[in-house]
Amino acid sequence: MRGLVYTRYELLRAFRNRRFFFFSIGFPLLFYFVIASPNRGVHDFDRSGISLPLYYMVGLTAFGTMVAMISTGTRIASERQIGWTRQLRITPLSTRAYFRAKLLAAYMMSGLTIVLLGLAGSSLGVSLPAGHWLAMVGLILVALLPFAALGIMLGHLINVDSIGPATGGGASLLAFLGGTWFPLGSHGFLFELGRLLPSYWLVQAAHTGLTGHGWPVRGWVVIAVWSVVLSAGALYAFRRDTKRAG
Amino acid sequence: MQRPGTLSAASANRRYAGRVASTYPTVDGAGIRLDGLSKSFRSPEGPVHAVREIDVSIERGETVALLGPNGAGKSTTIDMLLGLQPPDSGGVSLFGRTPRQAVDGGLVGAMLQTGSLIQYLSVRELLTMMASVYPAPLGVDEVLEQTGLEAIARRRTQKLSGGETQRVRFALAIVSNPDLLVLDEPTVAMDVESRHEFWKSMRSFAARGKTVVFATHYLEEADQNADRVVLMAHGRIVADGSPTEIKGRVGSRTIRATLPDADLGELSGLPGVANADRHGEAALLSCADSDQAIRALLERFPAARDIEITGAGLEDAFLALTADPDSDAPDAAVAL
Repeated sequence: MRGLVYTRYELLRAFRNRRFFFFSIGFPLLFYFVIASPNRGVHDFDRSGISLPLYYMVGLTAFGTMVAMISTGTRIASERQIGWTRQLRITPLSTRAYFRAKLLAAYMMSGLTIVLLGLAGSSLGVSLPAGHWLAMVGLILVALLPFAALGIMLGHLINVDSIGPATGGGASLLAFLGGTWFPLGSHGFLFELGRLLPSYWLVQAAHTGLTGHGWPVRGWVVIAVWSVVLSAGALYAFRRDTKRAG
Repeated sequence: MQRPGTLSAASANRRYAGRVASTYPTVDGAGIRLDGLSKSFRSPEGPVHAVREIDVSIERGETVALLGPNGAGKSTTIDMLLGLQPPDSGGVSLFGRTPRQAVDGGLVGAMLQTGSLIQYLSVRELLTMMASVYPAPLGVDEVLEQTGLEAIARRRTQKLSGGETQRVRFALAIVSNPDLLVLDEPTVAMDVESRHEFWKSMRSFAARGKTVVFATHYLEEADQNADRVVLMAHGRIVADGSPTEIKGRVGSRTIRATLPDADLGELSGLPGVANADRHGEAALLSCADSDQAIRALLERFPAARDIEITGAGLEDAFLALTADPDSDAPDAAVAL
């Protein structure tokens, strides 16, 4: 019960941060309208049989949710800078409750991104079968786990001065290599590299909305491995950052 | 100087002794214990011994000032007390527990020297949020009232002035209803009036039978708000006693008078005088109570002339108290 009150205010705080809101949710939304609005009549994008507004709706959903997750790091870095993390160390707040609150706040932002982009898509005439949409959302939420851990890890490793470029650059690189902006094709170095990255499978998760097909086993494995590795990294960074005596 | 309300350490101990036994089922030795605590840091000039084997024992209900100039080792001591830094050697026990156990049990509230508040919450929301992580917190309304924050309870934390922020930080330190309250130079960013209000809040919290440890470099703050003063310099404890005793040793004012024939022993025996010295024809009297001393001086030595009364700088007093030449003097210089 007690942990819930703490989490609730953590969510409220994330929700009230307008600047953060604009960049992590407004930005993908704006991007979407800029790209898709003039091309709303393109019904067969890149000979995929999929309309352009639909293609970019799922693509930007992948990108936007990823940014929302990683940008947890920005908030953590600034909390560290003002000494708040140190203040938390002299409270009984457990590591688990701390992580849970951060994780839920990040997921709340991602959830909003999914909903808002869905609404934006339908305003441009996009419609998905309910089953596809649900499968897509479910898989995206799973695929976001490694990015949640990545955000927390970066927040505890990198100072507030450099966290912006680190998360922005990291997200862009991962988005690029994961095939958010254009299809990676089905062979070659970029394709092989991409298939090892969680961002590729996040994009594939979003494409479930188009095809209705889930991940192959490889997708689950890649996401699971990255989740474990980055969670361990996040825990390590947190412990290193908040090392305390018995 | 001595205020009527100020307690000596001895009487404070006695006053709380009865209530400790009746109110708290305690583990043995259950006050605050720092045993042989040491901590060094590396620096380009070689190791800095921030804290050197200090022993402090604080009983429940005591309000103790950790007094010393910057670099005396106060903050490092407080960090170790709170478990924020491990000591190189020695141990800390808070009510018979490790710092971590005491913190996890919600027994400790602290206001660190630096730190700001997280944004996008009102004062009340922030207090509610933090109260929720403790096992037996105070009511948020009660804390708002006690810290004089009711009027700004709905204001967002990023819109507070410096003094208001400090008050909220104090409120966060007491919202858990801690048995031990630790304050590291809490009034540094405050103006005179805020300081006054702040110490009033602190004393009213301490009056609930709480143990309070605060660091300060103002002798006056220690004098007015503590039962007991632990004076630190160069990482060591150089004096430990009631404010009156410490002031007596430090000599809060100095009287200088041209007085060629007076006997030093007689001068140092004057009421209010802690120590007497002579520079040529001038007599220098370090006084615990300069008002009393000047009256006695003029009565006994009507010939005294060119009289000056000056406040002794605390830095001077610390230097005087740590004057005995030490084998690692260069190191001491770094620590200052």
